[in-house]
Amino acid sequence: MSDLSTTKATPAPVPMSTRRAGGSGGGALAWLMRPRTGGLLVLAAVICLLPLGLQNNFQYDVAIKIGFNAIVVVGLNLLIGYAGQISLGHAGFLGLGAYFSAITVTKLGWPPLVSLVVAAAVVGLLAFVVARPVLRLKGHYLAMATLGLGVIISIVLNQEAQLTGGPDGMIVAPFTVFGFEFSKAWHWYWLVGGLLFLAVWLSLNIIDSPVGRALRAVHGSEVAAEVVGVDTTRYKVMIFVVSAVFASVVGSLDAHYIMFLSPNEASFFHSVELVIMVVLGGMASTFGAVVGAAILTALPQLLTFLEDYEHLIFGLILMLVMIFLPKGIVPSLAALLKRGGDR
Amino acid sequence: MSLLQVSKLSKDFGGVRAIDDLSFEIGAGVIHSIIGPNGAGKTTLFNLITGVYTPSWGDIRFDGKVVTGRKPYELARMGMSRTFQNLQICHNMTALENVMVGRHLHLDGRLLPSLFRLPRIGRADRAAEDHCRELMAFVGLEKYWDWDADAMPYGALKRLEIARALAAEPRLLLLDEPAAGLNDVESREIDEVIKKVAARGVTVVLVEHDMKMVMEISDHILVLDYGRKLTEGTPQEVRQNPDVIAAYLGHAA
Repeated sequence: MSDLSTTKATPAPVPMSTRRAGGSGGGALAWLMRPRTGGLLVLAAVICLLPLGLQNNFQYDVAIKIGFNAIVVVGLNLLIGYAGQISLGHAGFLGLGAYFSAITVTKLGWPPLVSLVVAAAVVGLLAFVVARPVLRLKGHYLAMATLGLGVIISIVLNQEAQLTGGPDGMIVAPFTVFGFEFSKAWHWYWLVGGLLFLAVWLSLNIIDSPVGRALRAVHGSEVAAEVVGVDTTRYKVMIFVVSAVFASVVGSLDAHYIMFLSPNEASFFHSVELVIMVVLGGMASTFGAVVGAAILTALPQLLTFLEDYEHLIFGLILMLVMIFLPKGIVPSLAALLKRGGDR
Repeated sequence: MSLLQVSKLSKDFGGVRAIDDLSFEIGAGVIHSIIGPNGAGKTTLFNLITGVYTPSWGDIRFDGKVVTGRKPYELARMGMSRTFQNLQICHNMTALENVMVGRHLHLDGRLLPSLFRLPRIGRADRAAEDHCRELMAFVGLEKYWDWDADAMPYGALKRLEIARALAAEPRLLLLDEPAAGLNDVESREIDEVIKKVAARGVTVVLVEHDMKMVMEISDHILVLDYGRKLTEGTPQEVRQNPDVIAAYLGHAA
C-alpha cells in the first residue's frame, strides 16, 4: 500500500478544527474556511456591514427577504443536504406558522412573540406526528408524500376562508415585543440578521456533533448507521421537526413583516423554490444554503431590467450553475479553492 | 453459556427458502466461521441475526434473551455489531468520521445538547476522535484518517468497516467476507486483525470464502448448504467431512 501514499498528501496530525477546513491549505485561508470560527465571523461581518451599502427601503426589503429565506433554507438543508431526505412541502409549515401567528395576533389579540413560540411548537408537533409514517418512505415516494402534505395545507388555508380570508388573504397586525413595534426597515433588518446568525450557528453545532454524524450516516448508509446503534427513524423525524420549526418561525415573522398574508406563502411553488435554494447553494453546506437563498432571492430583482426576458435569463443562469457547479455553488467553489491550494 | 442461540430459524423470500430450519449455538470468546457454497444463505443468516431481515420462523437468542425481530440499532445497543460484504461506507464523510459514527452509542445523541454545543459534547467528541484514531491504527489505517471515504481504496474500506464496528465496542462481531476481493498480503493482514480482536475478548463470527484463512483462524466452523446445516465442528472435523467435500466439489459421478 506504500504506493498509495504518494497519490494524496497525508498531512501530519492537526487538530480536528483545522482539518474541517477541508484540506491542507494553511494560514489565514484555512482559518477563514473553518465554519465555526471564520465562517461565522464572515457572516457576522456581512450582516453588520451590509447596511452601509443599503441606500433605500427597497434594498432593505430585499436584504430582509434574503434573511428570511436563508433561515428556512439553512433548516431545510439539514434535512435535505445532511440527512438526505427530500421535502417538497416545507412551504406548508411556513404557511402554517404564518397563519397561526396572523390569526392569533390579529383576531385574538395574542402577544406576537407568544404566538410565534406557540406556532413553532404546534407546527413542530404536527411535523412530529406526520414524520413517522412519511419518513418511512424513500426517494420519489417521500417526495410525493411531502408534496401531498404541502398541497393539503395549502388547500386548507385556501378553503377556511372565515379564518384565513381564503385566496384573498388577510391583513396582519404589526410585530411588537413588550410594547416596541417593529415598524422601520432597519428594525427588521437587525432582527432577521440576528436570527440568521443564530440559525447558522445552531446548524453548524448540529453538524459537528454526534447528532450531525448520525444524520450524515443516515444519508451515507442507513443500514450501516443502524448496525452501530443509530435509530435512523428517530434522527430523520428529529431533523424533520427542526427544519419545520425553522420554517414556522420565519413564517410567523414574515407575516408580521409584510402585514399581509395569502395562501401563496404555503404554495407548492414556494416549496420548490426553497429546495432549489438548497441545491443551488450546495447540499450539505450551511453557508451554501445562505448563498443559495441570497442568489435566488436577489437575482430576480437584479434581472428586472431585462423585462420580458427576465425569466428566460433567470432559468438559464440556474441551468448553467448546475451544469458547471453540479455540487452547488459553495461546495464546488470550495473544492476548486482546495485544488488550487494543493497545487 | 452460549452468547448466541439460533433455533429452528427459517427465512422465505417468496417461494425460495433461503434459511431452512437452522439451529446452532455460538459460545462466547472464540472465532466462529460460517462457510458454504455461493447461495448457501450465509449473508441472509447474518442479516437475520443482526435484525436487518425478520425471520419467517424460529428464534434468535442473544445473551439468553429472545431478540427475534428486534431492530438492528436495538441489537447494537445489546452489544452486536457487524460489517458488510457489499461495503456500507458513508461516502459523504471522512474515514475518521465513519469510524466515529460507530461511537454513536457511547456519545450523547440527544438533540438539545448538540444543538447548543454544550462543552461536554465537544470534550466527548475529542475523546471519541482519539479513540477512533487508535482503532484506525489498530486495523492499519492510520495514514487514511483524514481521507474522504470515497477516495479510499477497496482494501482500506474493508478495514474501515471493521474499525467502525469495533468503535461500538461489541461483544459479538459479525464479519461478512472481510477478505473478499483482497490480495494475499492484505488477507493475511486482516487475519491478524481478526485474531487481535478475538484476543480482546470479542466473540467473532466470520463468513468467508478464503478457506486458508477460515481453517487457520477458526475455533469452530458451521457449514451451510441450501440454507440448511450441513455440519459443524472444529476445522479438522469439517475438513474431513465427506458431505462438505461433496458440497464444494460436487458429488463423485
